Amino acid sequence: MEKHVVVIYPHPDDESFGAAGTIAKFREQGVPVTYLCGTLGEMGRNMGNPTFANRETLPEIRKKELIDACNVLDMELRMLGYRDKTLEYEDRTEVAELLKGIIEEIDPSLVITHYPEHAVHPDHDALGSAAVEAVQLMDPKKRPTVWAQAITNTHIEDLGNPDIVNDVRDNFDKKMDAILCHQSQANGVIRSWNQSEDMDNDLKEEAMKRLGFESFYIWKY
Amino acid sequence: MKPIELDKVQEKLESFIDKDVYVHLETTNGAYASHVNEKAYNVGVYIRNAKVRFNQAKIVGDGKSYRAGLKMEIGWIYAEGLTDWEIFEGEKLLMAGHDREGRLMVALQISETPFNY
Repeated sequence: MEKHVVVIYPHPDDESFGAAGTIAKFREQGVPVTYLCGTLGEMGRNMGNPTFANRETLPEIRKKELIDACNVLDMELRMLGYRDKTLEYEDRTEVAELLKGIIEEIDPSLVITHYPEHAVHPDHDALGSAAVEAVQLMDPKKRPTVWAQAITNTHIEDLGNPDIVNDVRDNFDKKMDAILCHQSQANGVIRSWNQSEDMDNDLKEEAMKRLGFESFYIWKY
Repeated sequence: MKPIELDKVQEKLESFIDKDVYVHLETTNGAYASHVNEKAYNVGVYIRNAKVRFNQAKIVGDGKSYRAGLKMEIGWIYAEGLTDWEIFEGEKLLMAGHDREGRLMVALQISETPFNY
């Protein structure tokens, strides 16, 4: 059993779309989970559908959505205070040092993050890369295991089959509850996957098709 | 935000003329554009809290979609595809263009005080 799990992603909603089922399973086992959320998704395009946010109100709205989702998943939240879409321009070593300090303080047995260069969004790649580096910088005897999540369309071709594949369909209600906390984002994100006009209107069904499995590669140091 | 009302926005634009103001200008088709559609390209531009001064300002459009241009002493700022507007915190002019799903495609915002950064 894991001792403590630290999840490191850049945006409010990455945790719900990417790992909510896995997080829920850890919490069921009584494993503490802490989410280090890099930004507030300040530059998101989705403003709710119908639109209820604007560029200036979005950060506070997404912060509240994030807190709600973490409550649903019953995990501790720490916000790192970076700005959306700018993480790749930060000094990676500085970000890695910051993460290393937090990881050493929490002393988890497992870190979950994005797979650098295979995670589509520049913030995913940048924070994933800093997280991998943070663990690299640690004393090898104290390093937690790192699960890296790849989400490119070609990741299986590029990296082979993932090491960990969690079937989260039997606990999908919990995942969907977490996703739907992100009111300003959920609808638009799910609809963006299916660009055909006749998309099934059942968001949960559409989400289940894509998000029923959560898979990760074990990072090799 | 609400649909652009040309006269009201024009009046607000003119209230900023010959003052030092902060501009937020962006356009984006999202970081996932080429992920969900391999024929698409990811394009985006973003400048926040550029301090500028303009001496002319005009909004033009056909009732659905608008363009706004600001003439500076040595250059121009403009945005195309604006659909909605709002006065935020009593003094900031927010203009944005949204697609059918309500996603932001373009924004031009002007304020006498900086936007949060």
